[in-house]
Amino acid sequence: MQYDLPLWADIAVSAFLLIAAFFGLVGSYGLIRLPDAMTRLHAPTKATTLGVGGVLIGSMIFVLATEGRFSAHELLISLFLFLTSPITALFIAKVHIHLHERPDTLPEPRDGAGWASYTADGPARGVRDLSPLPETEPDQNT
Amino acid sequence: MIGYALTIAIGAFSLGLLLNLWRVATGPNISDRILALDTMVINAIALLILLGIALGSSIFFEVSMLFALVGFISTVSYCRFLLRGDIIE
Repeated sequence: MQYDLPLWADIAVSAFLLIAAFFGLVGSYGLIRLPDAMTRLHAPTKATTLGVGGVLIGSMIFVLATEGRFSAHELLISLFLFLTSPITALFIAKVHIHLHERPDTLPEPRDGAGWASYTADGPARGVRDLSPLPETEPDQNT
Repeated sequence: MIGYALTIAIGAFSLGLLLNLWRVATGPNISDRILALDTMVINAIALLILLGIALGSSIFFEVSMLFALVGFISTVSYCRFLLRGDIIE
């Protein structure tokens, strides 16, 4: 493959692609290496932000150097990923809490109010909860 | 030089895709499997953009945008199905 780029664009695109490759590999390796589910939630955020972000910045510089125009598709993709990845992480953590943990296996919150995901009655609770709600009056803290 | 960088980056993200596939196959919990599938979508987006650089085509930006949309909606609907037993009520 032969590309006609100026030298600065060649070096910049290569550097961003190598940084992105390193962080993408770190994110996927951490998904294998880390010991438990909540720590595993941490690893792929590196692949989302730095990995895909580095590839997108490299692509922007490449399009700017070869075709001489500013490309905004990459900004759209990275904006969408930055908006959606916290929502995805929240949903996955909530699935883990409701399917594999109970209130007595979780650490105690500092102000003693209980975990909000468990104390909410009705819509926030899952169908497969391990400890069902008592049938009495609603929670004292509310 | 950019050819070597592209080869290394495509190799790294492909290896990451294989590691995610290992986590999907052997994940102990269902949340690990959902997380690994979400990371597979992220790696596939990066591979598509790298392929767009390598081929000099700009159609891959639209493809990767569609991948991001479908990946987000599928992850959220899978989690919601596990949490509520239903997706649209």
